[in-house]
Amino acid sequence: MPKKFDYAPAPESRAIVDLQPSYGLFINGEFVDPVDGHAFKTVSPATEEVLAEVTEAGQEDVDRAVAAARRAYDKVWSKLPARERGKYLFRIARILQERARELAVLESLDNGKPIRESRDVDIPLVAAWFFHYAGWADKLDHAGYGSNPRPLGVAGQVIPWNFPLLMLAWKVAPALACGNTVVLKPAETTPLTALLFAEICQQADLPPGVVNIVTGAGDTGRALVEHADVDKVAFTGSTDVGKMIARSTAGTRKKVTLELGGKAANIVFDDAPVDQAVEGIVNGIFFNQGHVCCAGSRLLVQENAYDEVMTSLKRRLGTLRLGDPLDKNTDIGAINSSEQLARIRELSEVGESEGAARWSPPCELPDKGFWFPPTVFTGVSQAHRIAREEIFGPVLSVLTFRTPAEAVEKANNTPYGLSAGVWTDKGSRILWMAGQLRAGVVWANTFNRFDPSSPFGGYKESGYGREGGRHGLEAYLDVGVSR
Amino acid sequence: MSNIRGGAPGRVAVRKTFKLFIGGKFPRSESGRSYEVTDRKGRFLANAAMASRKDARDAVVAARKAFPGWSAATAYNRGQVLYRVAELLEGRRGQFVEEVAAGEGLSKSKAEAAVDAAVDRWVWYAGWSDKVMQVHGSANPVAGPYFDFSVPEPTGVVAVLAPQESSLLGLVSVVAPAVVTGNTVVVLASEERPLPAVTLSEVLATSDVPGGVVNVLTGRTAEVAPWLASHMDVNAIDLAGAAPELVTDLQVAAAENLKRVVRPESTDWAVTPGPERMFAHLETKTVWHPIGV
Repeated sequence: MPKKFDYAPAPESRAIVDLQPSYGLFINGEFVDPVDGHAFKTVSPATEEVLAEVTEAGQEDVDRAVAAARRAYDKVWSKLPARERGKYLFRIARILQERARELAVLESLDNGKPIRESRDVDIPLVAAWFFHYAGWADKLDHAGYGSNPRPLGVAGQVIPWNFPLLMLAWKVAPALACGNTVVLKPAETTPLTALLFAEICQQADLPPGVVNIVTGAGDTGRALVEHADVDKVAFTGSTDVGKMIARSTAGTRKKVTLELGGKAANIVFDDAPVDQAVEGIVNGIFFNQGHVCCAGSRLLVQENAYDEVMTSLKRRLGTLRLGDPLDKNTDIGAINSSEQLARIRELSEVGESEGAARWSPPCELPDKGFWFPPTVFTGVSQAHRIAREEIFGPVLSVLTFRTPAEAVEKANNTPYGLSAGVWTDKGSRILWMAGQLRAGVVWANTFNRFDPSSPFGGYKESGYGREGGRHGLEAYLDVGVSR
Repeated sequence: MSNIRGGAPGRVAVRKTFKLFIGGKFPRSESGRSYEVTDRKGRFLANAAMASRKDARDAVVAARKAFPGWSAATAYNRGQVLYRVAELLEGRRGQFVEEVAAGEGLSKSKAEAAVDAAVDRWVWYAGWSDKVMQVHGSANPVAGPYFDFSVPEPTGVVAVLAPQESSLLGLVSVVAPAVVTGNTVVVLASEERPLPAVTLSEVLATSDVPGGVVNVLTGRTAEVAPWLASHMDVNAIDLAGAAPELVTDLQVAAAENLKRVVRPESTDWAVTPGPERMFAHLETKTVWHPIGV
């Protein structure tokens, strides 16, 4: 095992973040106390320190937020010329850039992800997302959805905790660009950057009610999704909840898009440059502690490259630095919540009991907070639960294959279909594999790349609808055939 | 109507048996059941097969089996095959006019207009085969050294509840947009007006459409549709012909494997559609291909 380089701690300062002790709900342009909601605490998963009290919105609070969004839609936003709508989004994008460091620190505090990721990936993409969709606002008649595509009305949006602000951007930017107003519910464990985003809407002078943010847990989300005056439901999260939403919106006129779970195959051929592939494997499953719906959680290695890849992978994992998310040297941050940690532990134990071999590099876990070491299972069969179920943690299941056809067969052997990775030096093989894989995103010789111009979304039980680019507009426009 | 008319005086007509169309073959319902189909005035036209749950499942198996080949066919080839269907539809124009007129209670001229529109609709969709990727796909200007592109791909096996009123034009308007892009289809014909669907299946069988690409069931919508909606190997369902009281339950059943659902809405099938119904049965796949020397 190579020696880890020693670095002095290089923590990012928390001073840039001005946390309030408690937060209300953001409804109609201002922070308000709940009517029938109550307070709950949000903690830093790295230290279990209470960061702030936030509000769990009740049914009446959701009613108020939806009513505010409806009013803003009817009276202001739908009447605003598209160009002016776009300018508000550009304004928001600029403020996001101006306050990027503050947002990155807050995201790492509340979510537990390394500052390197929130600073270099999440927040830049958030701003990019708003820039991209800002420009669409006055060009919708050129987007291929008819000469005068209409917005849907009020969008109810429920987002997960793994990329809190980025998921907000994926939802809010296209919704507003298309002329809808929104009520957004951030995840219960990561509400803080959404609340800071509310402040940004205020700074941008966004008309009141165009963006409303109701914090809370599952009940709040359900109240929002099932609200009779919501025209559009957009959800990112687990497949189980996605199915519940598909059922609860049955028989309504609500347009629904769902971005759900995954169990992506990351397929390494024997001609792949090993060092590059290993970086990609690490990025595929250990990026964001594996809290990624499109994570490359199933590694498929061509049999004759197996020893070389595994040796190199284990060596690389030995150099990963786990710890303080705010430390700029940290590679692996904290697991987002104790519930998620329990699930990762449970499935990992199942992996062992079903006969797979478990390995982690020597790794000291902090005393406080929620932590799980990078973990690799070898000797995994397709029937094992760790090869079938989404773990949503830093746990990699390794399988092997001999022929491209076998790789395709194994990769597609899942009810999910969100993403896949292919590592090979051969361009023709990349495109052949890409054609065979039943997944919405295929990364070749890379993994976990995102771009606002690039449509993202799943096949099969990974959900429906696309986010990003021209395709992402469809979710927020009335395009004729109703679904 | 050929089943009623005798031809020359004194001649006894040879009537057609209306069967199911599954995997390119014409079985009766495995249940052994049939039901009486009448014209709008209640006069007997034919006995149609009354498909069962087992028939629906067999049809899904056939559609799944046909999917790899049909979806991998070149767009040019699919366009040719579908255009060939239009040719044969035209060739059976008289038979369709009789069946549509009898089943829908239309005058001969209105039935002719509906059949002509159905043939033209089929041609319209046939021509889309090699255009939909350019219209619905994209090259994406990502900030990085990747050629990033998005292409439409067929969703898979699509179950279709054909419109109840418009027995041929409506049927063609929901089947063609699904198959032209490479999906395979299990279609449940209009319950009370199933005969044009069966005749269409005879057209499909004698054109170059591979067996299993389109499978036609006749029977009770309320009985068969729930099996299609809940089938775990069906990827999408078009509820065009679902009665309002069935829609919620069918959508709930479809949620079990997150089928893509096209909801029913009142549609004038005579109006040339947009491409949206094709898009509804497409997935978008995005590929990040590396660029480098």
